[in-house]
Amino acid sequence: MTARHAPLGGRFISLPVVIMALFAMVAGFYLYHRFVYGLGSVTNLSDGYPWGIWIAIDLVVGTALGCAGYVMALMVYILNKGEYHPLVRPAILASLFGYGLGGIAVMIDLGRYWQGYNMMLPWLTNVNSVMLETALCIAAYITVLMIEFSPVFLERLGMTRVREKLNRFLFIIIALGVLLPTMHQSSMGTILVVLGHQLSPLWQTPLLPLFFLISALFMGFAIVIFEAVMSSVGFRRPLEGEVLGKLTGIMAWVMLGYLVLRFLDVVYRGSFGLAFDGSTQAIMFWLENLTAVIAVALVLPKANRFKPHLMFVCACMILVSGTIYRVNCYLVGYDPGDGFLYFPTVGEIMVTLGIFSLEILLYIAFVKNLPILHTPQSAYEEEHPHPAEASGSATGSAGTARPA
Amino acid sequence: MAINRRAFLKGMAADGAAGAAAVVTIGATGEAVAGGGFQRTPFEMPADAVGLLYDSTLCIGCRACQAACKEANGMAAEVPTPYQDWNEGLWDSPTDLSGDTLTVIQVYQDGNMAVKDRAEDGYAFMKRQCMHCTDASCVSVCPVTAMTKDPVTGVVIHHEDRCIGCRYCVLSCPFGVPRYQYDDPFGAITKCQLCTNVPDQEYSACAMVCPTGATLYGRVDDLKAEARLRLAKDPGAEHAYPRGRIGGDNEPNVAPIPVYQDDFYGDNILGGTQCLTLAGVPYDRLGLPLEAPDFSYATLTEGIQHTLYRYMILPAVVLGGLVTLAWRNSRRHKPEDWD
Ligand code: SF4
Ligand code: SF4
Ligand code: SF4
Repeated sequence: MTARHAPLGGRFISLPVVIMALFAMVAGFYLYHRFVYGLGSVTNLSDGYPWGIWIAIDLVVGTALGCAGYVMALMVYILNKGEYHPLVRPAILASLFGYGLGGIAVMIDLGRYWQGYNMMLPWLTNVNSVMLETALCIAAYITVLMIEFSPVFLERLGMTRVREKLNRFLFIIIALGVLLPTMHQSSMGTILVVLGHQLSPLWQTPLLPLFFLISALFMGFAIVIFEAVMSSVGFRRPLEGEVLGKLTGIMAWVMLGYLVLRFLDVVYRGSFGLAFDGSTQAIMFWLENLTAVIAVALVLPKANRFKPHLMFVCACMILVSGTIYRVNCYLVGYDPGDGFLYFPTVGEIMVTLGIFSLEILLYIAFVKNLPILHTPQSAYEEEHPHPAEASGSATGSAGTARPA
Repeated sequence: MAINRRAFLKGMAADGAAGAAAVVTIGATGEAVAGGGFQRTPFEMPADAVGLLYDSTLCIGCRACQAACKEANGMAAEVPTPYQDWNEGLWDSPTDLSGDTLTVIQVYQDGNMAVKDRAEDGYAFMKRQCMHCTDASCVSVCPVTAMTKDPVTGVVIHHEDRCIGCRYCVLSCPFGVPRYQYDDPFGAITKCQLCTNVPDQEYSACAMVCPTGATLYGRVDDLKAEARLRLAKDPGAEHAYPRGRIGGDNEPNVAPIPVYQDDFYGDNILGGTQCLTLAGVPYDRLGLPLEAPDFSYATLTEGIQHTLYRYMILPAVVLGGLVTLAWRNSRRHKPEDWD
């Protein structure tokens, strides 16, 4: 029972890899300063903007990009869309790095990280703190991701027995792997409700948790498509075009539903006027939403969804839109008054770039050496006839025809 | 990113843009955010809550409170960068609250600044420190219970030994109070704890030294009664302003009643605060948000959180559904599909 996923093999060192490794090293230099001289020596953080891009981008956007595993688990294991199965392993891997490094970013950002374990102490639990709920949920989810990913190692190490044992309980882990992101992704929106009037009404709404949840979904879909296209181009592999096209359709509908809600909410709360006051916030509001509108319009004609370049452009635009939304909520829309301003320093940007570079580096290293990417369908079918899968994609019920 | 849309508050010693601070209001979010049946019931102020009453019209800007606060709390003098070449740290001149400054006197300036306590072409002082909110955001958001509210006095206390430095309290405080020490690799959160942290301090050091009674300590009920008394009197009428603490033995400061705003600040807004403000200029000019609801925003976040997660029923039900689906679907797949 191997062969369906295979290590890519091949040389690890290439020019992009070297460049990304350099980024990671530069980030290391800045991190040295952060820990020796304090947060202020590297960042532009202030008491007006106590959270900068390490939270807004590395954590809040980073974990949204890490929702690949969430949406694929939802599709394949909960909604039983077996045809998406080839996308699951790479998605789980991307999630593992997205969340893992998001967690590391938080530890870097914590002003009193040496006391960070206090969050685990039951007698210090504050059940009212949305942040605590979010943090514990994320920590639990990283554990779940590691278990979800462990078959890859077990397979590699030939530990069949352990793997079979694990398989029996995997459905519980998978259910948790869908529940936990649903909880903490929405909570990342709830976190901002307490800001009240300090967050512009273009973003402040009791629906923040819902919007963060939906944005996690469409960003999850988008990153799956993005990664699939990138791997196919970068590693010169055939594209799972049919499956990705359908996924693009689902993503576009989710995005559309979100946009309708988003505008209704702003209009209902009587804040739409603010979108026309010419401020930076207004511009960012339109940038965020128009990108999404165009992305959806692009793939609304069904045929467009199956054109690799269009699905890729659409996924990229949705990633951009979701990223802007989250940055808008955490930084642009936030105005503490008192004349505080925030723009990240070179050091902050380098650390963020370094973290994302490290993520991609690890991803490449893993797919080259571990059985993660799906063996192209045709090659696999030759060796292992698999009738349901071969015919199932049209009906969307792959695998269901086969009794256990 | 921040756009200054309203009045300026300037650090006293700062000139021009250096110490400029702007106060911004954004629409009537209060009403907009409110609504929905999910709101948590607002907290009541403890019966014996204590606090401060700061009367901007009485303040002469001497900053004795600032100095006394530094001394009582043992905090370092602060010299903003523009003054560093001539002031070698002997003269403490903060322009804002900071990791080393728990209270600061700021000044509102408009036009030619001819008349005190006038909004146009005038100026006014403002004392900043923790407001000791009745329903404090910082207490609600802290993941490790490092901000707590004393059940008797209502004083909001910070526990450094618990704090993980996430700065959520800094982000969420509607008055911009908690501060983090960004220049220290082992920085801490600082904020006024109404001097309850200072050994042998009978009551707030800032109120103790205030020569005019502008900063007054007392039970919140008494402070509110005193504020209402001042508001009820006609401008020009004589008033014996208590100094130090209400009910203390200090000689009162007898002075005429100025023209006040319609009400004092802190009765209900944002759920009410234990530190109250009286002023002659609109409160938003002094940096106090006016376009805010009469409840703490924490009632909304907690409401959402507890609606979704009450007794973890909803997550448990959802998890049950997910487990069932995953289990059912798993029986339709061969084991190797499951990874
Ligand atoms: S003013 Fe800010 S720091 Fe003070 S109690 Fe209120 S929320 Fe907390
Ligand atoms: S910075 Fe400290 S006190 Fe403030 S919310 Fe975080 S843990 Fe609590
Ligand atoms: S009460 Fe104490 S800590 Fe608070 S501002 Fe006054 S002197 Fe400073």
